[in-house]
Parts: sequence; structure tokens; C-alpha cells
Amino acid sequence: MKLELRGITKRFPGVIANNDVNLVVEPGEIHALLGENGAGKTTLVNVLFGLYQPDEGEIRIDDRRVTFQDPGDAITAGIGMVHQHFMLVPVFTVTENVMLGVESVRGPLGQQLDRPAARKRIVEISEAHNLHVDPDALVEDLPVGVRQRVEIIKTLYRQSDLLVLDEPTAVLTPQEDEELFEIMRSLKASGTSIVFITHKLNEAMGIADRITVLRAGRVVGTTTPQEATLESLAEMMVGRHVSLVVDKEPAKPGATVLEVKDLIVRDDRGHVTVNGLNLEVRAGEIVAIAGVQGNGQTELVEAITGLRHPVAGSIRIEGQAVRLEPRKVLEAGVAHVPEDRLEDGCVPAFTIAENLVLNTYYRPPYSNGLQLDRDAIGKEAETLVRDFDVRTPSVFNPVGNLSGGNQQKVIVAREFSRPIHLLVAAQPTRGLDVGSIEYIHRRIVEKRDEGAAVLIVSTELDEVLALADRIAVIYQGRIVDILDPESATPQQLGLLMGGSGPGEVAAAANGESGLVVTAHG
Amino acid sequence: MAEPLPGPAPAEGSTRGTVPDGPTLAARLGTTARGLAVPILAIFSALVIGAVVIVLSDVTFFERLQSDPGAALGAAVGEVLRAYRELFTGALGSPTDYVDAFTSGDPDLIRKAFVPISETLLAATPLIFTGLAVALGFQCGLFNIGAEGQLYVGAMFGTFAGFAFAGLPWFVHIPLAVGAGFLGGALWGFVPGLLKARTGAHEVIVTIMLNYTAYNLISWILKVPGYQREGRSDPISKVALDSSWYPPLVEGLRANWGFVLGLVAAIAVSWLLFRSTRGFEFRAVGFNPTAARYAGMSIATSTILAMTISGGLAGLAGTSIVLGVTHSLTFGISSGFGFDGIAIALMAASRPRGIILASLLFGALRAGATPMQSLTGVPIDLVVVIQALVIMFVAAPALVREIYRIRVPETTGLETFSQGWRA
Repeated sequence: MKLELRGITKRFPGVIANNDVNLVVEPGEIHALLGENGAGKTTLVNVLFGLYQPDEGEIRIDDRRVTFQDPGDAITAGIGMVHQHFMLVPVFTVTENVMLGVESVRGPLGQQLDRPAARKRIVEISEAHNLHVDPDALVEDLPVGVRQRVEIIKTLYRQSDLLVLDEPTAVLTPQEDEELFEIMRSLKASGTSIVFITHKLNEAMGIADRITVLRAGRVVGTTTPQEATLESLAEMMVGRHVSLVVDKEPAKPGATVLEVKDLIVRDDRGHVTVNGLNLEVRAGEIVAIAGVQGNGQTELVEAITGLRHPVAGSIRIEGQAVRLEPRKVLEAGVAHVPEDRLEDGCVPAFTIAENLVLNTYYRPPYSNGLQLDRDAIGKEAETLVRDFDVRTPSVFNPVGNLSGGNQQKVIVAREFSRPIHLLVAAQPTRGLDVGSIEYIHRRIVEKRDEGAAVLIVSTELDEVLALADRIAVIYQGRIVDILDPESATPQQLGLLMGGSGPGEVAAAANGESGLVVTAHG
Repeated sequence: MAEPLPGPAPAEGSTRGTVPDGPTLAARLGTTARGLAVPILAIFSALVIGAVVIVLSDVTFFERLQSDPGAALGAAVGEVLRAYRELFTGALGSPTDYVDAFTSGDPDLIRKAFVPISETLLAATPLIFTGLAVALGFQCGLFNIGAEGQLYVGAMFGTFAGFAFAGLPWFVHIPLAVGAGFLGGALWGFVPGLLKARTGAHEVIVTIMLNYTAYNLISWILKVPGYQREGRSDPISKVALDSSWYPPLVEGLRANWGFVLGLVAAIAVSWLLFRSTRGFEFRAVGFNPTAARYAGMSIATSTILAMTISGGLAGLAGTSIVLGVTHSLTFGISSGFGFDGIAIALMAASRPRGIILASLLFGALRAGATPMQSLTGVPIDLVVVIQALVIMFVAAPALVREIYRIRVPETTGLETFSQGWRA
């Protein structure tokens, strides 16, 4: 299917989300739509999928003009969409989810669902593209990566010739990313066109045939991975030169600030997720904890910040034992950038100003103990919004209305503007665009150079390698190895994160068999 | 669905020199007008449907419709207009009465002309308190269904303080009795707050249960010698001493200083929620308890304190009745004021200013209902129907916008209303 968008303009009150956007997707092409958060990517595909009506412009399929009143029209025309947030019924099986809305039926009155027929087609689709989906599994039992494949099957089941993937890798682990790309290549080989929305440069370069870059609602240009470089793409996206490597001096570590000894922590379900962990972070260094999600990182951070009671072991910050009182921990000079910014990091309904004092509101100059000083809060907010480059028309806008990058900047501004000795940041740049990532990384290095001890938790290897002065690899609740980022390779890290002991990894690196049994195994 | 959109031309740099003092006056007025559009249209729609109910509930209407449709419809319209006229004059007074009274200059007539407004204020008073009570809970993420029970316990304490201390001057006795009422309600709010904070028991369940406990407590204490009125065998308390009564706003009218206390309470709640340090915690916990905990706030403290204050406000509703109207405690003092408080808080989106307006509306409907029934024969229940319709339309703003074709801007980003409560 050939898809063409001509001069699409979509206005919202006060903003032009898409301004005269032109886009051509050839049959059997993977076309990456690249842009920062808020550049108008999602608006554009919502127009394409019939969720919004464009104010101007037209959509053409195979050189015929079409209009979509609603997603049903778009689906009929052969467009399939995989949203960032999946549209699946958790308690239904894969087959039931896929046939939902286009049920095949049997019996004289069509009174009975024909699950076997649907199941058979799902198996065919699954095998044709190596999707490896069990049609009888309940969706709620499936990992995120597989749920995404169920969504893809749903679109193929409805005979889509053009697939729109809205930031599909945002929810995936690095391993799952690779599997998804394989599937995309297989679909392409069978003639399906794919519109692939992303803000990650590597992905666009790695998988796309052509790349269209959006900025502030306009098309900046269309290029190919052969012509473009990471730097040129970043510049197109952000509109200025962006440094992709973190400039930093070698660390000058000082005294130990954070000391974790034999720590054991349980998660909410009572499972031991941190299991005898030892770790030290010194002033003036960045230690990054690398690991696959779910290996105890969340519970470790919660224990350090006083949010979760450890079962055993000790945590000391500047010699003081941490107690189960988040406020005491914060007052001791610990800054915490939580993993989930909307859930844990801010109150979306509160204004930017209110969120900026979310953990200092009770102290002078913001409060006299009884009443808030709104002038002082507003003034501080103006300063921070300027210093931390939060893009907003007013500090009285709710944080929930900001883009993800700006929300994260608000949290970073709040945490970094206090005098701190220890910074704990979990997934500090998850879901952010290159401009924001560059900015937040620079701020983190600044904090280190001011003498703070920094603990980063990240599942992004690029981030770990770029930021860390030391890399601690976590696996099943323990630090299995500590590496020097200068000499560590992504392969080596990947193996350690996957549970191979350091001995095995060293052996593998030396070209020997990877099956050496070690004490860590 | 909507991706957070780019701000207006995010140029280099940021917000230098942009609106430091919040929205301009014009913008604020615009927002207020838009905020009022839905409630006003909701009231209008409710009255229209109420009119249909008036017509349909008249049995003779259908008979007449068969014989002479034109006359039947004309009569129906006449009846609706008459009923609404009596409802409005019953709530706000009749213009001719005002004119006559002022031209005659007779203070007695003037006073009489103001009786309907006085009755409206009187009926609105307990609603302001219970509305504030429920709204305060909502703002902290708590659903206090127990305002009715808290009202009764507050009334019980207030009545006791009213009759038990003789010989006090009014400026000591009134604060004492009002304080006792607050304390009683606060106690009834503290218990579910404590249970929620310590054990996670859901406040909806506990407050419903405590309503029944309160009824039984009242039925017991009204039989206790020393609380029960001497020489009576029915459940009724002693009479509160007149030094504890809310003085009337105007001599000879029933509206009293309890209403003014309601306004003061609304200002106090507004300050507490939106200006005070504690209120910041309440709202943070209400909107996002996890983030509040991460920021070092104590969810338990906020929960207990908010429920306690909420209960105390409902207790004040109790005193506004026993010290302002009945001067003694019986079972009949509240006709669901605690539950109406929920509707009022919802209608006002938990804003104190809106609660005053909504209470005045409900008060007016209650005050106008009796004259309407006695003068036109349209049953008082019509008012309940109208109230229910108003609540329904306010709770479904999309419906109102659809009916009246109000364009809403396609929202960009999150809707940021108070989320009320979580299950």
C-alpha cells in the first residue's frame, strides 16, 4: 500500500500540532517518523487513523483520496495501529483478543464463536512472521513484549497493509527491541508498509528505509540512514547542535557517602528481591547500576530513600543509618529522581510551582509553618523554570500538561536545587528525547563535580556507559560485578545482566567455552 | 490520546517574562463564566424536565387530553408556571410583597416580605457545613459518607453543652456549645480516619457503619434521664438554654448567625486547603498519595486529620440545627443534610465558593417547596426530583454540553479535575 499525506494541518487552541505535513510511505517500506516529545508525531498518526480530523490537507492511499471519519474507516482501508498503550482485555486469551470486533462465527444463526477458525489463522500469522505467540495464553500472563506482538497480530488479522507503530520500543527491554525489529523486517519482506514512530536515533538508523523528521509540528526533512548520521539527525530533531557523548572529566572520588551492607529487601508480594547486596558510592563519583528490570533495583532504591523497610543488612548515608522516614532521608541531603515520574515523582494535577516545592513546602521561605508563602514559591519557580529550561507558558500550569521531558526537568529542578550529598536517580531519562537526555546528563555530571555521590539505576546500556565512573551490574538482587566503563563492552554487560557470572564472561571474552562453572553461577 | 503538544513556539530559552502573576482578570472571569455555564444549564434542564413531571403526575391531564387537547396543554402550561412561581416566591419572596412592604414603611410587613429569603438561608446553613465536610474529604482523596452520623453526634454534644451549663453569658455559651458540636462530629470522623490510616479499612464502609452507630447512640441517649426532657416519654432532649442559641440575623426572622458561621467556615476551609501548609499536604495526598509519600509527607497524618476536621464540620451542621432552629435534639433534626452534602460537594467540584452557591440553591428549593405544595397542590417531592436532576446533569457535563452544543476545546493533555475519591 502506498500512503501519502498532503499538507496536513491540525490546530488545537493556541497551538498548531501539525503544520503542512507531507509524508509519503512507499509499499513495503519502513518509514521512521522521528521527533522530540511534543513534535506532533502522535497527532499526525491520530489524524491518519481517523481519531482526529485534519483542519487542512488530505490523505491518499494508492493515489486515491480518502477520508476517515473514525478508526473503523482507517481499519477498513487497511491501516493497522499499535498504540503505545495496548488495547487488550487482560482476562481474555490471545485468540479472543484478536477476534474481538471481527468475530468469526458458526452455526445456522451465527450464534457460536468460531474460536478454532480464528485460532488457526492466528497460528498461521504467528508462524509466517516468527511471532511466537501462544493463541491460548491469557493476555494477563504475557510479558509486555509478547502483548505487543498480540497487537501486531490483531492488525494483521484485520488484513492491514500498513502498520503504524507508536513508539513501540518505549516499553521493551533491549532484547525485546531486537525481536521486534526482526518481526518488522519479516513484515516488510511480505510487502507490508510500516510507519515507525520513535525518538530514538539508533532505532531509526538501524531499521528504517527512510526517515522523516518532525519538529514543532513541521516536517524538517526526509532522509535515509545511508545519508544521515546520528549527529545530523539529532540536529534536525532538536534544531541545534546536540552532543551525543557526555563530556566529563575523570572522577575524583572522595569519602564514602553511601554504604550498603548485606542488604536484604522484600517486594510488596513478599519475595526477596534484594538478596545480600553490597555497594559503596563515594563523593564525586557516579556509580551506575546496570541490570534487566526486576532484579531488585526498585526495592534497592526504595530502601536507600527510606521508603521501604529492609529485612536485614544496613544502609548508611554519611555514616548515619537510614530509617523508614522519607522526610528524614531527604533532609539528610538525599535527592531522589524516582523511576516513574508521573506516579512517584510529581502530582500531575498540581502546578509546576507546587511540584517544585513538593518536598520543601513546609520550610522557610516557602512556609512559616502554618501558611504557604505563595510569592516565595512563585518566585522560586520562575527561577528554576528558567535555570532548568522547562518549556511552559506559565509556572501555574499543571505539570500533567507538560511533555514528558519537561515533567522530568521539573523533578530534576526540584531535586537538584537543594543542597545534596547523595543523588539517587532511577531511569532518569526514560522516554525522553535526545535534547532532554543531553540536558539531564549534563546536570547529573555537574552534581558529581560539585561533590555529590551519584547512584544511577538504568536499564539503558548507552546511558550506563556514557554516565558511569563505575558500573555495578545487578542480577537477582546482588551486585555480580563492578566494571570500568572505559573497558566494559555492551556485550560483556549484556551477558552479566543476563546472569552469566564474571568468570564465564571473561572466559567468553577470551574465546573459550562459556560453560565454565563459577562460584557466582 | 493527545500527545502533549508543543507550547506556543518553543523558542530558544524559556519563559522569560511570561505571566508571573497567574492568569489575568479577564481570563479569570472567562474561566469562571465557563465554570458556571454547566451548573446553570443543568438547573435549567432540571426545571424543564421537572415541568414535564408536573404535567405527567396530574391524573386528570390525560383525561382532558382526550376530550380537548388544546385546552389540556394550555392548562398544563399554566399549572407548571404557577408551581414554579410559587416555588420561586416561596424561596426568594414575591416582588409585589417587597414593593408593598417598602411603600407602606411598616417594619412588620417588611420583615414578612423577607421571610422566604430567611427560610432559604436557614435551609442552606446545614448544607454549607455538610458540603464543606464532604469536600474537604474529597480534596484529601477521602469519601466521607458519614456526614449524617457526624451531624447527629455533633448535635448531641452541642445540645448537651446547650442545656447543661446554666448562667453563662451568650459570648461564652455559644462558642462552648458550637465547640462541643465540632468536637462530637470530629470524634465521629476521627475513628474512620484512624482505622484507615492504621489498618487500611476503607472509609466508605466505616463511615456508613458509623452512621448507624450514631442513630443508635442518639436513640439511646434520648432515653437517658438527665438528657431526656423531664416529663416526656418520647425521645426528645432537654431544651438548650437560650444563651446558647444562635441569635437571629434580624429580630423576628428565623435565619440566624449560624449562616454567617457557615460563610466563615467556607473561608476557613478555603484557606486551609489552598493557602495553608497542611492543606498542601491534604491535596497532594488526595491527588497522588505515592508522590506525596516520596516527597516525605505522612499519608496517615493527613488521612486522620482530614477525616477529623471533616467530621467536625459535619458536627457544626448539627449545631446549626439544634442551636439555630429546634433548640433540642430529636430524631427528626436532619432530613438527609449529610447526604445532600455529598451532592453539593460534587456539584461544586469541592470548591468552598461553589459549595455556598450550591447550598443556597438547594436551600431555596427546600424553602420554596412547602408554599408550592400548599398553594398549588404540586407535591414537595417535585423538589427532590429537581435536585436529583440537577445533580445528574452536573455529574454528566458531557451530556449538558451535548444538549446545548457547547464547544469544548479538544483538550491537550490531562484533565485536571479533583478526582474525588478512589475505591
